[in-house]
Amino acid sequence: MFPELNSILNSTPDSFKSSDFILVSDRRADASFLIHHYLSFYLRAGCKVCFLGLVQSFSHYSAVGQRLGVSLAQAREKGQLVFLEGLKESFGVLLQDTSQETQPLSYLRSPGAGLEGLFRFVESCVRQSGDGNAGESWGPPVLLIDDLSVLLSLGVSVGAILDFTLYCQATVCSELQGNMVILVRCEEEDADDDEEGSNLLQRGLVHQCNLALHVEGLPTGYCRDIHGQMEVWWRQRGETIYNQRKIFHFKVHDKGASFFARGTSSAVL
Amino acid sequence: MAAPVRGMIGSTSIGNTTSFQKKTRSKLVSIPGTRPSVQNGQLLVSSGVSSLDYVIGGGLAVGTLLLVEEDHYDSYSRMLLKYFLAEGVVCGHELFLASARDHPDDIMQELPSPIVDDVAGMKISEGQSQPSDPENPDTMKIAWRYQNQPKVQTALASSVRFGHYYDVSKTMEPELRQAAKCHSFYQLQETPVVTASSPLPSPYHSLLKSIQTVIRKEGFDGSTPQSKVRNVLRLGLHSLGSVLWGDDVCCKDNPAHCHALTTFLYILRGLLRTSLSVAMVTVPSHLTQNRAVMGRIIRLSDTAIALESFKGSEKETNPLYKDYHGLLHVRQLPRLNCLSCEVPDTKDLAFKLKRKQFTIEVSSHQPLSALSPQHTPNSHPIALRVHSYGTSPNPNEQRGVKTPPRLLTSAVSALKTHSTVDTADQRVGCNENDTD
Repeated sequence: MFPELNSILNSTPDSFKSSDFILVSDRRADASFLIHHYLSFYLRAGCKVCFLGLVQSFSHYSAVGQRLGVSLAQAREKGQLVFLEGLKESFGVLLQDTSQETQPLSYLRSPGAGLEGLFRFVESCVRQSGDGNAGESWGPPVLLIDDLSVLLSLGVSVGAILDFTLYCQATVCSELQGNMVILVRCEEEDADDDEEGSNLLQRGLVHQCNLALHVEGLPTGYCRDIHGQMEVWWRQRGETIYNQRKIFHFKVHDKGASFFARGTSSAVL
Repeated sequence: MAAPVRGMIGSTSIGNTTSFQKKTRSKLVSIPGTRPSVQNGQLLVSSGVSSLDYVIGGGLAVGTLLLVEEDHYDSYSRMLLKYFLAEGVVCGHELFLASARDHPDDIMQELPSPIVDDVAGMKISEGQSQPSDPENPDTMKIAWRYQNQPKVQTALASSVRFGHYYDVSKTMEPELRQAAKCHSFYQLQETPVVTASSPLPSPYHSLLKSIQTVIRKEGFDGSTPQSKVRNVLRLGLHSLGSVLWGDDVCCKDNPAHCHALTTFLYILRGLLRTSLSVAMVTVPSHLTQNRAVMGRIIRLSDTAIALESFKGSEKETNPLYKDYHGLLHVRQLPRLNCLSCEVPDTKDLAFKLKRKQFTIEVSSHQPLSALSPQHTPNSHPIALRVHSYGTSPNPNEQRGVKTPPRLLTSAVSALKTHSTVDTADQRVGCNENDTD
């Protein structure tokens, strides 16, 4: 959890907006530090978190989470965190002879069939909080996905992914008043094949979301002390539609990230 | 997670000759040829080239994938692959080599020979007794503490060190090479398996199955009992994505298998994360028409570098690049188990291949500047001097340090404007040593 980011976004683990769909995207940069921020944020807030970790292993998040002050292993044991490890089971799924549609990783075997299996998994996970274990009642459910654009590399179509996010938003945000944070990684702006491009996916998701955080490198070139710029775009919030964009520079440390206004990096001043 | 350094049981003890035992706090795995990273405790192996280890943050983390974008003639990327495999032989790691064009045995025969400390020449530890020296008394009277030290440094005794140097003009001796266990996969000799409903074409599918069989059989994923000594598996996959692998991503604008290579890399990384293995994959990226696919391939790997050689291009005659063979671009560095990654000082790196060393250096220098790079924000940071890479085993070996900065006034990226550079006249006291 990064305190400076909390103050920028005006949210704390004790009081944050619900039914929020937050889109984290990057272009030729790495925005995964924001996913670590949100993971520790929502675990501290006591929410039930469903994490689809499709690109890294559990111990990676666990190691970073320890530096940020949350214990993922403990949360998983208590039932607060449900972690789907995409990498570990990928080869087994590929080798299977029979593919069941309802399996979460079934898109590996038949990418053209869509992501229904994955959605069923998410749905079962977030709805469980309603049953409640004995004495353990968690807050509103949160869905975190890292990262959604890897499904494009595996052959799933943009339309199927957008369908999946629509279903998730309807279930998690609208029905259960929970939050959703999705990471999408894009390529260059001028990609020729827009039908398959991640730019198309990102544009579709930005349209659906409430808050868009876009991370890019500095437009002037590579700098060792400023790792990039992050654009915060506050979009529709309930009935009010406001459109406010701000750009911050950031630097990622070992135990967090610091955000500052443009031109006020400590290396410059 | 690449490989958790803590929590792994069993440290192979290297023979103690003194009664003094150092207390080790944490249970570190001590596999020869590896060392823990200083940043995040990852277990690192050397890539075979010390300056490349420095550039990518100390070495290759076990469980990760290194992607090398080939240069146009596949000369330097093939050289890097051979360094990688040679390092595995010297450290005693197991090897897995897959290639579609040249037979893996041919590649293995071309491995460079390591340079060892012993001036008398390389000695193979197996089956060769240490030379008896009748002049030495049996018991030492003064230096009695060194009584039990081995008399001659053998080649494999130096393998506990991290990173070695190789002489590319000689090939590795067959005895040393055969001492290493090598599994090979030659695509042209594999029978195509009909995979009805797999999204992967047959060559990639069989390659994945072969890799997984080796990992499981030799116990790299921890499935065998603890009595076996832990080792690292090095995978070298040559020229994936080329047509010989049955993939048309490199030859068509709209390939039929546009997701084959990306799916393969995804699943390969899954296999690597759950085992003690490191993979180096070379991809002929200059053949892909689609830049977006290369972006995806880079994101699916952990460390990604690209080699751009000057051979045949107009940069060959550019005086700025006179001493180098090509440029090295670091496309991506991994963030493993930590938030921040090793951010390099500069991205203007060039390489040159000498007989005894593959050097990677910063290719542009700021003239006589006392300013540190932090005072010039938003400009390309230029290092003041060349980094020195590692320690050389041979004291006569030239190190990668050149103290006087040259008065070259243009950064690499400004070359597109071809600024006037009168470099040849302004070089200051370069003691360039090209005689090795």
